[in-house]
Amino acid sequence: MASMPQRSPETHNEMPRGVAALGKSVMVKGQIFSREDLTIDGEVEGTVELQEHRLTVGPNGKVQAGIKAREIVVLGAVHGNVEATDKIEIRKDAKLVGDIKTARIVIEDGAYFKGSIDITKGDVAKSQPTRQQPRPAQEQPPATVAAAAEVKR
Amino acid sequence: MLKHWKELLGAGQAPGSAGNSSLAQKTPGVGPPPQSRQRSEGVQKRQSPGLEQFFSSIRDQENLSILDLAGASQANISFITNLGHRIYSDDIIRTLEAAFGGPGDFYENQADPERVRKFMSGTLDFPEQSFGGALVWDTLQFLAPSLLHDTVEQLYNVLQPGASMLAFFHADEKARSVPIYNYRIADAKTILLTSRGTRAPAQFFNNRALEKLFSRFQSLKFFLTRDALREVIVKR
Repeated sequence: MASMPQRSPETHNEMPRGVAALGKSVMVKGQIFSREDLTIDGEVEGTVELQEHRLTVGPNGKVQAGIKAREIVVLGAVHGNVEATDKIEIRKDAKLVGDIKTARIVIEDGAYFKGSIDITKGDVAKSQPTRQQPRPAQEQPPATVAAAAEVKR
Repeated sequence: MLKHWKELLGAGQAPGSAGNSSLAQKTPGVGPPPQSRQRSEGVQKRQSPGLEQFFSSIRDQENLSILDLAGASQANISFITNLGHRIYSDDIIRTLEAAFGGPGDFYENQADPERVRKFMSGTLDFPEQSFGGALVWDTLQFLAPSLLHDTVEQLYNVLQPGASMLAFFHADEKARSVPIYNYRIADAKTILLTSRGTRAPAQFFNNRALEKLFSRFQSLKFFLTRDALREVIVKR
């Protein structure tokens, strides 16, 4: 089953028909809300929300934003915290820096990822340690940590 | 007071390796394969008593945050999250090369205060006691003494009391360079090693030097193996 949107044979445009798309030369600063699948091959800075849909960051895409979607496929570069209710895929040669919350994750060899991964099951989301420095487009809550003492003889 | 144990592992006879007369002898025809490390198409499979000890130490705990400095891989992510823990991944070797690579000597560049500041602020910058365990693999041996001290100090700060940290150190003092590996967890006591280049280590450590390096930690446990990797479990 192809996970990438199918290409339209009728135009030279690489964006598939029936899927919202931001082309290579498009730059957006701000909030993006979508009620359909979205492919980003340009630059986005801000936030991206597709609650019940799939976001694809194409090989030329550069997203500096917090992202929420049902499914997220990264072939380009993402810098920001990412939340997918279903699945996140980080393809070979892709780059993702940020914290991930998802039910499933697939990361190919050759992909670069730096951050934390929190596998969420149902609506329960676990807290996680956060960096001292703020992340782009998101504010981090303070981490709560329970210390566990253990003495080994 | 730092306590340490030395655990001698009889991992079988590796061809050409120097023997250790105090190692336990295996019963012929019984037990695991004769070599602790098996090779297949550039991927080395290695039994790791240190890894086994690490996962044993967190076996009865849930919802820990585990720091993995090997770089993100499906294997490590799946294994640790399937245990019910969270994982924080960073490819520290890549970060080191980006921070201290050319121009100039890799280890001399680690004395540059500005480069060190950038490295430390982008690498282990977490609230105190964030992690219930850390897999630092062999990364510490590629840090010059001053940076090594600061990094170990920071690791101490970000680990919870009682948390375990697994570190590897190449034991062949005659080697001018050592392989840099990708470390992938195959199971609780087996790792897959894939070479990603070679580099001269900043220094070699004997047991005494490791005791001094981790002197702030609660305990230190060595696993002596027949191959060139010395495994160390440190408890915060």
